[in-house]
Amino acid sequence: MELDKKIEVLLEKYFEANTTLAEEKLLRDYFAQDTIAEHLEAYRSMFGYFNKAKVDVYTKQVPLKPRRNVNFRWLSVAASVIVVIGLYFGQLGYRNYQEQKQLEQEQARYAYQQTKKALNLLAENFGKGTQKMAYLKTFEVSKDKIYNEN
Amino acid sequence: MKQNEFLATVMPFKDKLYRMAKRLLVSKEEAEDATQEVLLKLWNKSDKMGSYKSVEAFAMTMTKNFCLDRLKSKQAGNLKLVHSNYEDGQHNLQRSVEQADSVSWVEKIMEELPEQQKMVLQLRDVEDYDFEEIEEMLGMKATAVRVTLSRARKAVREKLIQKHSYGIG
Repeated sequence: MELDKKIEVLLEKYFEANTTLAEEKLLRDYFAQDTIAEHLEAYRSMFGYFNKAKVDVYTKQVPLKPRRNVNFRWLSVAASVIVVIGLYFGQLGYRNYQEQKQLEQEQARYAYQQTKKALNLLAENFGKGTQKMAYLKTFEVSKDKIYNEN
Repeated sequence: MKQNEFLATVMPFKDKLYRMAKRLLVSKEEAEDATQEVLLKLWNKSDKMGSYKSVEAFAMTMTKNFCLDRLKSKQAGNLKLVHSNYEDGQHNLQRSVEQADSVSWVEKIMEELPEQQKMVLQLRDVEDYDFEEIEEMLGMKATAVRVTLSRARKAVREKLIQKHSYGIG
């Protein structure tokens, strides 16, 4: 009876969540007995269940893969190397392109110079032609004179 | 950290994680999946494991979060847990089977508790954690833990007494 009283007090504390772990163990042990006070019988299944619930175990194997140790420091190094290589080749390609463009430009300039020279030559010769034409004018004048006198 | 080292660290509390997951998710398969998921996550983080105050508490928090997420997405996907609606249907059969094993009532009763109460009750009365550990695992204040625990215990008692008298009457 003494024990029952004690258990009752503990139960009260228990439902207010004021019991210690040791006291809760005491309660569980008490309710695990075969014979308990009748008016406490109602709590038996509660504590019985907590005892029962403790034994459920996890039996599955966890497939722990040997970790792929993706070290992000190395990953960043690799990335920057790729970027550098890319830049290098890109630069090279660009420079090639630039050179080719320059060459083309020079060729174009050369062709332009040549054409200009040729055209100049042509123009000069035309100039000579017109100079000669000036004599024709004198001829015309003198011819007119002769006609007017007649 | 080596694999066997990791296993040695995890071994003592993996069952507790599983039981917590099962408490929240109810289904055995889902609980196993959740536990595995958590252990794998932990394994991937095992380099940093030394920096955690308590690996066990950390793992328990992970389990809690994982399971709550699961439940949330399940609710969103409208896949409500089945057990919540077989209360009415096969009343008599259910009852007669359960009477033989009133201990399993408690399990049923616990399933009906709000998640917070479920977790606190699980951690305290099944796993025997002290209050500081529970506070850390659930990220709750000391008083909140006690209030929730008290509510959970009283709820179980109430329902149990209801069923008891109902069964007799």
